[in-house]
Amino acid sequence: MDIFVVIPAYNEEKRIRQVLNDLSLLPYKIVVVDDASTDNTSEIVATYSNVALLRHKVNRDQGAALQTGNQYVLSKGADLIVHFDADGQFLSKEIADVIRPILEENYDIVFGSRFLDKKSDIPTLKKKVIFPLARLVNRVFLGIKTSDPQSGFRAMTREVAERINIEQDGKAHCSEIMAKAFEYKLKIKEVPITVIYHEFGQSMSHGFKILKDILFSKISK
Amino acid sequence: MMYLQIVVTIFIVFILLKLFLQKQKNKISLVAFLIWLLLWFAVLIVFWLPDSTTYLATWLGIGRGADLVVYISILAIFYMIFKIFVRLNKMDEEITKVVREDAIKNVKE
Repeated sequence: MDIFVVIPAYNEEKRIRQVLNDLSLLPYKIVVVDDASTDNTSEIVATYSNVALLRHKVNRDQGAALQTGNQYVLSKGADLIVHFDADGQFLSKEIADVIRPILEENYDIVFGSRFLDKKSDIPTLKKKVIFPLARLVNRVFLGIKTSDPQSGFRAMTREVAERINIEQDGKAHCSEIMAKAFEYKLKIKEVPITVIYHEFGQSMSHGFKILKDILFSKISK
Repeated sequence: MMYLQIVVTIFIVFILLKLFLQKQKNKISLVAFLIWLLLWFAVLIVFWLPDSTTYLATWLGIGRGADLVVYISILAIFYMIFKIFVRLNKMDEEITKVVREDAIKNVKE
């Protein structure tokens, strides 16, 4: 079974080395999609002979990078695809937890959630204001009922990746993937994961942009 | 009103000149040329004969001709913004597609 870890990266020269070092110890194939970084991200990635490097010539944002990665690994015969972050906020050893439901319990898609136990030290503003709002938007507009509204740590089968075409180039891809998973009535599971907050991550204005992208996609399609 | 009418007329004559030049160089289609021509003539008429819009306005149940012009303008602008928005979205999609194909073709394994 070929398990691919797809990592979208944009200006991650400070952190991606550690992420790749950790992942290299595990039995997964690694693909990094460099989203036209202006720093040395791709030079660093290129030094890893076990990592496939795809480069966007123009910055297209995270959702676009993930779809590029998906299409590439599908062409390489991936059976299972994991989406992982380049900034070291996820733990590579938890990939095993995220793929287990697919391997052992026949789930189609698994989302990592920061909210299922108390592992992650989430900033208060995020915990009390931003995430509850995001959950509400997800529920009302998209029919998503997950505990983590914006999970970037997920695993899916080949069939799911073939079916879910990520059309949201920006950060709204998280909601999009969840919405499609519910719409297609896939077998969905959430598992607890740890998130390490280096910085604040996505800010409130990012949240508004996600909201705008979701609403615009509703009226323009 | 006199001064404004003259300024607007000079402005429109200038635009019409550019429009004819563009048509001559085949930079715009005949349909686009005619639509713009009509539009600017309509603007001329509205500025020189402001009362002309009042007939249409009362017929449509709007009090003043000037109001009708504003309503129509706003509708036209919203429609154009929508068209531009759809177009931009499509361009975005196409750029992503090209960038993606290029990335997959030139993968470093």
